[in-house]
Amino acid sequence: MSTSRERVLARVRAALTDVPADEPVVRPVERPYADSHGMGAALEVLEDRLRDYKALVRRVPADRLAEEVAAALERRGASTVAVPDGIDADWFSRTEAVRRPDSRDRPLELRELDSVDGVVTACAVAIAETGTIVLDGGPDQGRRAITLVPDYHLCVVRADQVVDGVPQGVRRLDPARPLTWISGPSATSDIELNRVEGVHGPRTLEVLLVE
Amino acid sequence: MSATFLGIPPFPEAARAAVNDSRLRHNLRKATHTIRDKRGAVVTELEDDWERLRSEGAAIKSHTLRHLDHYLEQLEASVERAGGHVHWAADAEEANEIVTRLVRATGETDVVKVKSMATQEIELNNALAEAGITAYETDLAELIVQLGDDLPSHILVPAIHLGRAQIRETFLAQMAEWGVPAPEGLTDDPRALAEAARVHLRERFLRTRTAISGANFAVADSGTLVVLESEGNGRMCLTLPETLISVVGIEKIVPTWADLEVFLQTLPRSSTGERMNPYTSTWTGVTPGDGPQEFHLVLLDNGRTDVLADTVGRQALRCIRCSACLNTCPVYERTGGHAYGSVYPGPIGAILTPQLRGMSSEVDEALPYASSLCGACYEVCPVAIDIPEVLVHLREEVAAGSGHLGEKAVMKGAEAVLGSSHALEAAQRAAGAARNLVPRHLPGMAGAWTDTRDLPDVPAESFRQWWNKHEKGQS
Repeated sequence: MSTSRERVLARVRAALTDVPADEPVVRPVERPYADSHGMGAALEVLEDRLRDYKALVRRVPADRLAEEVAAALERRGASTVAVPDGIDADWFSRTEAVRRPDSRDRPLELRELDSVDGVVTACAVAIAETGTIVLDGGPDQGRRAITLVPDYHLCVVRADQVVDGVPQGVRRLDPARPLTWISGPSATSDIELNRVEGVHGPRTLEVLLVE
Repeated sequence: MSATFLGIPPFPEAARAAVNDSRLRHNLRKATHTIRDKRGAVVTELEDDWERLRSEGAAIKSHTLRHLDHYLEQLEASVERAGGHVHWAADAEEANEIVTRLVRATGETDVVKVKSMATQEIELNNALAEAGITAYETDLAELIVQLGDDLPSHILVPAIHLGRAQIRETFLAQMAEWGVPAPEGLTDDPRALAEAARVHLRERFLRTRTAISGANFAVADSGTLVVLESEGNGRMCLTLPETLISVVGIEKIVPTWADLEVFLQTLPRSSTGERMNPYTSTWTGVTPGDGPQEFHLVLLDNGRTDVLADTVGRQALRCIRCSACLNTCPVYERTGGHAYGSVYPGPIGAILTPQLRGMSSEVDEALPYASSLCGACYEVCPVAIDIPEVLVHLREEVAAGSGHLGEKAVMKGAEAVLGSSHALEAAQRAAGAARNLVPRHLPGMAGAWTDTRDLPDVPAESFRQWWNKHEKGQS
């Protein structure tokens, strides 16, 4: 194995004889592009983009979040939901739905994840311009599998988690954590390049934007 | 055993068959125009910033390539620090051996796959099959191609050459052989077809313990791998199995996490014409208790260092596989991807394939000519690869080598005729008089040129004849 490593590296070096030996390896970072593109107020833009992707979106005042979580689960007919075990218990104070907590130490079986009616999580960051919600595996977001296997994902996004553009989002995130960037429900464009929502990931994404 | 590009004739011959397939031309025209319009809208939306992102993307990639040895070693150290294992493969054979050995070590005989150009390039599925391991493609278009024992014809949408009715037929005929059968009464509604794929693959995802992927980016400073996708099949493969093996070309590196600020804007807008693709997964080594607990990165050369050594051709390694150049190319729109005889079709394939394979066959030597040099590919490229420049450069190489003697002979013949006004007039008059008898294709050595082009109608009189008559009338 080490011989292949040396072979490839030697071939790379042999290919680069035109590069001056004193050319700096570190590139000066100028970032000449924009942090965001002035598309409008972040929450308005985020809502517009999510709707464009056929996600369900509701803007909710912070003091009504528990009612809105309960109402969303009821509309969906979700009586059992997976939740990351670090999620805020207050969000569930008004719902009858049964919660199945999941954690890295006590993970739910795949079969159980496949049988729940949905999953409820928070998020790490949301990017307005691209309608993107990013999960980073934090205690209120959980393992990647829990937001993947159930068919319905209810995600709570706080206004202070929303940035305008992609560069701002990247800067808030820690690459050491496993990240999942979600822009609408799963979709495919593989048949005649027409977008169809709903393939392997959750076919319904509902977002509560808390102001 | 899946199909292979071996045996496909050189471009002019393959293209001739393709352009006569009216269903293929209909499917391609519809699909490429749909995606072109979508791309145009989301690129225009960023106004001047698009050009800045484009040149920054090109600069990041060019810089990385000029110091690739440094960044490869940095990536290796970062991935290992995060709990992953790094393997180096000088060529396809070695990569296939490594992956086969790693899969065998898991004791599994089934693996699920995320769509990956690198594993298509090395024909990994065939190598695994020879070792008794079945690789299940999970991307919808790759699934369609695999079930139909077909070949991919596009970087992003390998089944772009097929319409919905053909896809329905493939599902009905083949799904049962590979697993869960297609539902009875399956229609050709894309929604129904996507649902059939979901049901067909669901059990497979929940059961399979080993996955194979590629990656869109590998970040040297953090050791992070990045996969952009739409359907969630990628997330399934990257999250649920116990072992993940990623085969990644050495040119996929970007130096820093912050560089993704650029590419996560330019790649989705260029490829699917979306502001963002539905799912992007990033992972750094192994996360205890979340996702695969065994992670292997296989770094693949397979000709890339030869491309790197050519200071003009090197820019082809900037490619982020968005496929915008295919979607905008007038040649690709008419011939489709199979005619290129390579997993990388279209304009980028015409410069990448001959360089990766070392111009080793007639197929490779014909590829730099599979273009009208109109430059549309360069205009849409999100990393500003000057594809026409590389095409001309490679044509020079072909002309300097042993190949394309035909072209040289034609140029000599043309010199003889065009050099003498008497000979030219005689030739034109002869053609004008016999114009109803002119075939659609030129005979002999010029034939290849007209294989893919209709000869223009020969006018009743030449410009010189018309001019002479006119001049006489005037005076």
